[in-house]
Formats: sequence, structure tokens, C-alpha cells
Amino acid sequence: MTPDQKGFILFAVIKLLVVFTVMMVGVALLTLVERKVAGWMQNRPGPNRVGPSGILQPLADGIKNFIKEETRPASANEFLFLLAPALSFVPAVILIAVIPLAAPLPVNFSANLPLVGLTTYHGLMPMSVAELPIGFIFVLAFSSLGVYGIALAGWSSNSKYSLIGGLRASAQLISYEVAMGLSLIPVLLISGNASFSTIVARQQQGLWFILPLFLSFFVFLISGFAETNRLPFDLPEAESELVAGYHSEYSAMKFSLFMIAEYAHIVTVAAMVATLFFGGWDIPFTHWDERGGLLQTVITSGVFFLKTFFWIFFVMWIRWTLPRFRYDQLMALGWKILLPLSLAYIMVIAVAIQVIESLLGWTDPKTEGLALFALNLLLGWLVFFLLDRGRVVRGVAPQARVAAASAEAGAP
Amino acid sequence: MAIGVKVMARPEQEVSYIRATLKGMALTFKHMLQARVTMQYPEAKSTDDWRISTRWRGTHRMLTDEQGRSKCVACGLCPQVCPANCIKLVPGEDEGGNRYPLIYEIDEFRCVFCGYCQEVCPEEAIHVGVHYENSEYSRDRFVYDLERLQAQTHPVSTLWDPADPRGQ
Repeated sequence: MTPDQKGFILFAVIKLLVVFTVMMVGVALLTLVERKVAGWMQNRPGPNRVGPSGILQPLADGIKNFIKEETRPASANEFLFLLAPALSFVPAVILIAVIPLAAPLPVNFSANLPLVGLTTYHGLMPMSVAELPIGFIFVLAFSSLGVYGIALAGWSSNSKYSLIGGLRASAQLISYEVAMGLSLIPVLLISGNASFSTIVARQQQGLWFILPLFLSFFVFLISGFAETNRLPFDLPEAESELVAGYHSEYSAMKFSLFMIAEYAHIVTVAAMVATLFFGGWDIPFTHWDERGGLLQTVITSGVFFLKTFFWIFFVMWIRWTLPRFRYDQLMALGWKILLPLSLAYIMVIAVAIQVIESLLGWTDPKTEGLALFALNLLLGWLVFFLLDRGRVVRGVAPQARVAAASAEAGAP
Repeated sequence: MAIGVKVMARPEQEVSYIRATLKGMALTFKHMLQARVTMQYPEAKSTDDWRISTRWRGTHRMLTDEQGRSKCVACGLCPQVCPANCIKLVPGEDEGGNRYPLIYEIDEFRCVFCGYCQEVCPEEAIHVGVHYENSEYSRDRFVYDLERLQAQTHPVSTLWDPADPRGQ
């Protein structure tokens, strides 16, 4: 092995350890954050008994789950019953590996380490665990793997409720996977590359994609909720109908793995939204963060964390606001609204990009972004007018309501 | 929908889902910033807005006279009136002919906390108390004997007063 290869492996391992640790600790803390947010939204303080203001609650939960008895249904398929939690846990955690967490760090490292010998690393180090050229496709592929864990958990438990939960999960995840994948095609159309660092770089040159691709963001956010099995799309769990759905037969640490997987999924979706539509680690209105350096890396990682955390909070906010969808409503939303919407949007954006770049010749990313933003204002208004019958912005005019009521009363 | 399911006619033209969602989110966010209403129980047991009623009927208390003897004269009315049959009373008599309880035990697990014993007592000796923290490590600790009933210090219940039915 050359010193360069050794250096690459060394830094990859360091990044891996750091990201994995932060992810696990973060996920544990998110369970606390969720309960705190739930409490605050219901005028309660939330858990506050273990440690100062409840900060050690995740630790207590973890210890409890480790020392609890593991039960196994007598007629469960043992191998799959054991495999399912791992199958849902691994894809959820692995996704964070390809997302750039901060500005690339210029490294000039050369040292003679014991046992391994001369190790060097020169140049810009991307701040993602694995800088994949196909990062985007990797994410789509792995996020759809998560459904195996849930479906197998439901099936192998050999329980009615678990099975229904597993079936619902597979139907739901497959339906929304389509809309999710299609909603991201416009991002690829603009950035012209599937790697996350290119997508972030493109947003730094032009506008954050939330503006020129608002509808993509909208569809992606909704499908993201469905992909994480969170309210209002938590039909696979649906505690009021299915006890706990696919994980009703699981106990102790196996159950914990499902919880960790759920929260890891939330982190991933939030990080994806931040990366794809909110400029990743970009600090707006300045180019200082792109210059490269240790300080820039640290600060941009903080910015990325803030963006991600906002979207994690948003997921929780929605959970404690909206009730659960009915199953046919869920399917109708996925297949009849989001899928045609994202398909039509791809066509519109593709045509618009062709017109802007070839006919008008505005190849500057900023101009192009602004032109698309103007188009999106129009499209957004149109879509919400059709989807929502025009009352998103206006509300039902009081006179119209009175007129409708009197017309009904006048014509019995 | 499945066959035979009644589909309600919903006011689709009147409803804006996104607007309703945004309104709901504004509401939950407003609640997040409001004051918490939870009373931190073991530290705070009452607030200015809420305290336990003086008519609360909790575990019993036997009042004593100036010499520290129980006021009970072992008349036997309380075991008689008790609907749950939880009072065990064995009367005794001293040299002066005064009756006193040899054994006075109340099984707090059998008790239904009706407060009849307090109402019927001619000497105002046995009372139900304004008290609710009763946990013990074994079941037999819930049979309160005379000594323990006398040792209780919590306030006694005022019960329901027909002259003042609302407790004002």
C-alpha cells in the first residue's frame, strides 16, 4: 500500500467513527427531544426527572432496554425475527455516510505512524464519510431497503397485527418511494450530477434549490414523512388500530433497534432536505465559507447541524399537530396527487431549463435560478389552486360562505 | 373504499387542507411557548390555584385527650356502621368502669373511605384524614392498630356539611 492509500483509510476510519458516534448519541438524544417537544406542545414540561432537566433520560431508557427480558413468540420464524431489526437499522444509519456534513477540509498530513509506517494525506478532504459520485442514487437505493426490515418483522412475528403493519409498510413505502425519487429528478436536471457535493456547490453558485424547485421540495418533504413512517403517515405502527404494528411482538433491545432506525431515518431525511434544498453546509450571502480551512469546516458543520435540526424539529412539530391519515387517503395522496405532480413537474422544469439555457442563453446559475423561481411562483400558485381549490392563500371569503349558505337554504 | 362502507359527504369545496395544516401548526407552536401547567408533584403538593379538599376522606386518625389516651370509649358504633366491615374493636373496662378499646384495628385495604365512622362517633375520636401518601412495602402494614392511628398527625376531614353543601 502506498502512503496515500494508508492516509485515505486512516481518515476514512476516523470520519466513520466520529459520524457513527455522533449519529448514535444524536439519535438517543432525539428521543428525549421528541418527548420534550411533545410535552411543550401540550403545556407540559416533558421528562425532567433523570439528570438535570431530563438530559439522562435516553441513558436510562437504554439501560432499561438492555436489561429487559427478550420475549420471542412461540411460532415466530426465528431467523427472520432476529434479522428484521438489523435489516431496518443498518440502511437507516448508513445513509448519513454520503451526505457532506461540512465544507471540505484542506489537509496536509504526513506522519510515520507505528505499525502502519508512513502515512500521508494531501489536498481537500471531503467532509462526508464516503464521497460517492453516485451519492444520490445510493440514498434512494438504501432508503428503499428499509422496507425489508419492516415487512419481514411483520411477517416473521406470526401475529395478525404485525402482519397488517408489515403489509401496510411495504405498500406505503413502495408507493412513496416512486414520488420521492421522481421529485428529485429536477434537482439532478439543474445540478447535472448525482453527487451531493456537486449539488451543494451548484446551490452555492446559484440559489438554494428551495426557491427554483419549490414543488420538488414540497413533494419530497411529504414523501419523506411517509418514508420515515412518521405521523401523519404512521400507518405501519398505528398504535390505536394495530397495537404497535410491525414491532408489537418485539421487546427489549430489538424493539430499541426499531426506534433507533426510525430516528436515524428522521435524521437522514432532515439532512437530505437540508442538503438538497437548503444549500447543505452553505452559509448564505457570503463566499467566505467556500475558501477552505479549519475554521470554515467547523462553522459550516455547525450551520449544517442547525439546518438539519430545524427539519428534525419540523418532523416532530408535524407529528404533534396532524392526526393519522386513513389508508385510502394515504394511497390516493401518493398515487393520484404526488406522482402525477412530480411527473408533470419534471417535464415543466426540463422544458424550462432547455428554454432558459439554449434559447435565452442565461447560463449564469443565479439568473437561471431566478428565472425558475419566477416560474415556480406561478406553478406553486396554480398547483395549490388546483390541489387546494385556491384557499391556501385567500381563505374562504366570508361573503362567499354566506352566499353559499343562503343559496342552500333558498333551494331545498 | 371497501364494499358497504358508508362514505360521508364532506364539504370539499369549503376545506383547504394546506391552510388547515398551517393553522394547526401555528396553534401547536403557540402552545409550545405558553407556560407549563404541570405541578411538579413530590416537590410541590399544592399551588394557589389547586389544593386538596378539606373534605377529602383518606386514611384514618384517632384523636387523643390531654393525657395522650385515645378518646375512644369502645361504644361499638363504628364497627356497626362500617359498610366494609374493616374495623376490629375489642372493648375493655378499667377499675373506674371506663370503657376503652383493648384492640382497635382498621384494615385500610378493606376500607371504602365512606367516612361513616367519623360521622357516627359520639366522642369525635375516629376521623378520616386529609392524606393520600400511603405506600408501604408489605400488605400487613396496611392494618393500622390503635397506636399507629393515634400517631398520625395529618389534618382530619371536615366531611360534608348539610348546612354548607358547596364547602363555602
